[in-house]
Amino acid sequence: MTQIKLSRRALLAGTTAALAAPTLARALDAKPIRIGEINSYSAVPAFTLPYRNGWQLALTHINDAGGVLGRKLEVISRDDAGKPQDAVRLAGELIENEKVDVLAGGFLSNVGLALSDFSARKQVIYIAGEPLTDALVWEKGQPFCFRLRPSTYMQAAMLVAEAAKLPARRWVSVAPNYEYGQSAVKWFSELLKARRPDIEFVTAQWPALGHIDAGAVAEALAAAKPEAIYNVTFGPDLTNFVRQGNTRGLFEGRAVVSLLTGEPEYLDPLGAETPPGWIVTGYPWASLDTPAHKAFREAYQSQFHDYPRMGSVVGYALIHAIAAGITRAGGTEAAAMARGFAGAQFETPFGAAQFRAIDHQSTLGTFVGRTALKDDKGVMVDWHYVDGAAVLPDDATVKKLRPNAG
Amino acid sequence: MDALAVSLLTGLADAASLFLVASGLTVIFGVTRVVNFAHGSLYLLGAYIGWSLLTRLPHSPLGFLLGALATIIALAVIGMALEMALLRRVYRVPELFQLLATFGVVLMVQDIAQYFWGAEDLTLPRPPWLRAFVLIGNQRFPRFDLVIIILFPLVFGVLWLLFRRTRWGRLVRAATEDREMVAALGVDQRRLFTSVFALGAGLAGLGGVLALPDASANLQMDLSSVTDAFVVVVVGGLGSLPGAALASLLIGLLQSFGIMLIPRATLALVFVVMAVVLILRPNGLLGRPISGSGGGTPALVRPAPMALRAAGGAALCAALLAPFYLGDYALAIATEMLIAMLFAASLHFMMGPGGMASFGHAAWFGIGAYASAFAAHLLAAPMPLGLALAPLAAGVLAVAFGAFVVRLSGVYLAMLTLAFAEIAWAIAFQWVDLTGGDNGILGVWPAPWAAGPRGFYWLALGVTVGGTLALRHLLATPFGYSLRGARDSRLRAEAIGIPAARIQLAAFTLAGAAAGLAGGLYAYAKGSVFPTYISLGHSVDALLMVLLGGVATMSGPILGALAYTGLYDLLLAATSLWRLVLGAAIIVLVLAFPEGIAGAILRLWTRLRPA
Repeated sequence: MTQIKLSRRALLAGTTAALAAPTLARALDAKPIRIGEINSYSAVPAFTLPYRNGWQLALTHINDAGGVLGRKLEVISRDDAGKPQDAVRLAGELIENEKVDVLAGGFLSNVGLALSDFSARKQVIYIAGEPLTDALVWEKGQPFCFRLRPSTYMQAAMLVAEAAKLPARRWVSVAPNYEYGQSAVKWFSELLKARRPDIEFVTAQWPALGHIDAGAVAEALAAAKPEAIYNVTFGPDLTNFVRQGNTRGLFEGRAVVSLLTGEPEYLDPLGAETPPGWIVTGYPWASLDTPAHKAFREAYQSQFHDYPRMGSVVGYALIHAIAAGITRAGGTEAAAMARGFAGAQFETPFGAAQFRAIDHQSTLGTFVGRTALKDDKGVMVDWHYVDGAAVLPDDATVKKLRPNAG
Repeated sequence: MDALAVSLLTGLADAASLFLVASGLTVIFGVTRVVNFAHGSLYLLGAYIGWSLLTRLPHSPLGFLLGALATIIALAVIGMALEMALLRRVYRVPELFQLLATFGVVLMVQDIAQYFWGAEDLTLPRPPWLRAFVLIGNQRFPRFDLVIIILFPLVFGVLWLLFRRTRWGRLVRAATEDREMVAALGVDQRRLFTSVFALGAGLAGLGGVLALPDASANLQMDLSSVTDAFVVVVVGGLGSLPGAALASLLIGLLQSFGIMLIPRATLALVFVVMAVVLILRPNGLLGRPISGSGGGTPALVRPAPMALRAAGGAALCAALLAPFYLGDYALAIATEMLIAMLFAASLHFMMGPGGMASFGHAAWFGIGAYASAFAAHLLAAPMPLGLALAPLAAGVLAVAFGAFVVRLSGVYLAMLTLAFAEIAWAIAFQWVDLTGGDNGILGVWPAPWAAGPRGFYWLALGVTVGGTLALRHLLATPFGYSLRGARDSRLRAEAIGIPAARIQLAAFTLAGAAAGLAGGLYAYAKGSVFPTYISLGHSVDALLMVLLGGVATMSGPILGALAYTGLYDLLLAATSLWRLVLGAAIIVLVLAFPEGIAGAILRLWTRLRPA
């Protein structure tokens, strides 16, 4: 259990503020707003540990600045061990025993969907951080659930904008064989063909998640003589695939478009093997020098002596989004919060974003750029930020995709 | 033509990597009969230790060789320590019990590796000689993969000579054939077992370090490698080195060519191969029937003594009244525990009295859960019908599949159930259009009368108590006695006219149906169904519950389910190092109560009771 208590310095700061402003003092005495946070800490530590740092940092910032509606924020965190059934049980515990006001978190799509289903039934607000599945806000969308990260659809759409500019016509795809990989390929090929009717996908490889037979996959892709490759694999599968592809010359003279590969979590393990020139979505943490991100990066590095990962941004932005939603709702009553979060604006290290009222998807975007090698490490170059709102379908389509409107 | 040659070589490289891991496992099993679940963890440690050494050594072929040798030695030492500190203490206990201890090791190593090496994947920078390729026609093939291919016959040859030409090897082969005889001849078994374990662990270490140039050291590689290694070992025949080599070739080539033909089905393909091989050859390709591991005939489960009945009655009363003194969340936990009890009891029924251990019992649980979910969604069936369909679906599939299962025995039988469970899991996980994939099926909520925590708790209590009592009652019927007859002496049982295979099939089906019922309940309790219900992890949970509680008594699985789910829930919420603590707790329990919790209580009881 990671129960975040205020550091002594923060408490001291709070006390001084309270002495200085008697009205605020009464408010700070009020009981804290409690966020019940669930994530796959032991199952996906490469993402969730930086993510935990991120939300801890945001929590300190918000509480140092006086909290939300004059109340402190408190996070009670749980590990779901990567199992949706455990996440649902822990959500029950957080609501009944810990009396949390908001549920938040999730990395895996199935955990996100299970928590969303639970939140609809219990009528509690659930703010999903990372789960990417489109179903969360569309097909299974419901009034009490909001999502921060750009979805599979949105990230695929961002890549399509770049892929359509390529001369390549013969495409192949490689994606892990489960819901995420399948929808990532479905959206990408649909959206790309809509823009470029001359394009065809000649073959598809579907390695089992965590079990890629990289040499054989690389052979099978090369045998189709493609002009461009669309990759959705990540983590150990990606490392494996890139190494076999490099040695076998699969990427030479071919454009590669790759989902999430620019995120430090997946780019860093590639190291000196990072193939240059891939078009990727990701997070250029070292070269993003906007004032908001610089402040975030410096605060993060001074507190944790490590550079931020994508997870750190998600954790940080998640707490700020929740704070903004509760402030806008003016309280922690669930129905009021559901109204308050819809349309709530919040600041993130990437810039301002808001939860769309129409489908509860946030407009937080991500970066699209190219991979490059710098000092034997993979980096993102020529990147630009794509706002989430820019790639979402029009309202009429969204209403069709989200049958349980609200 | 070139493409075919390259595919062939790719398949051979896959086969070689499989063999390196599987050879250690098969050697260990052959001699010690330990189903070493921790073999994947040794492989993982090989990769991490290899990474630490190789990044510090010069990046030359010689540096790599030295690093690989040092890794092998390090792992051999770890294997030796593991055998001497842990496994040596549990050889005498009933078969499969060591599995529990090795699973404790798996859990602990996961946290230890993360503690020392961090959460991110570690990759070995490849110097040019590791990136090099050879040209086959105009196709490139990694030179390092050629080295691995060459290592395959090399390692096989060395092992073969070791087993054929040395005294130690003769003893190992003798022990593989007949452990008791070797012991009777005065061979120091302890030394033999320790050295065999060191060899097996060293081979796992070699496999791990050789995985580095093509892949990475990561925290998932233990479980992803151990299932593959088990498949190879079982397909080849347990304890057979040539069998493991043959099976590696078969599976490696099949995977490499299968990707071209049916790219979506590679995961299921491996297990389909295993199932087909086991159905055609019940002892694997080159395996021989395994002699019993000793341990004696387990005691009969007799009707409960008065004291136990009284205790059970009191517990039941307390359970009935629980909604009046427990909060909603505690009730939800209690409901899950009840379902776990029914699940564990169903496994115990086939495993204890039936003598058929299963590594894939979660299949029936999951099929029951999916049956209820499909009923609720496709048929809009009310809850009672959904619940009734769960054991029905699981039972029907169990009877069809069980017909093949009951022809096998021991670990082969367990592995065939694993194959079925993995195929079921692959369908649930990968066939997104049918099952929703890993996103699962949501909104399977109970009927209004059972929707509250209290109502559902009582429903679960009724179903679980009814189910377990029915299973228990069956054991006291002629059917139950025939089942145990078939387990203890199949020949004699058949000689007096008991149709052993049919009795076992009936037990298998009943166990499947009961697990399906538990799965159906669970679907309504959680409101959703996910492939994780069928996962290997969930099957292992069931095994742990039964083994922790004790196989020999009927109350064993009940106590085991209570202890395991309680411990797991408690630790998951209490510490981020829950795997370390849970693994250690399991090991301590194994060492302290080698006959399970219920077995220990029984022994204490018989000792304290005045004669």
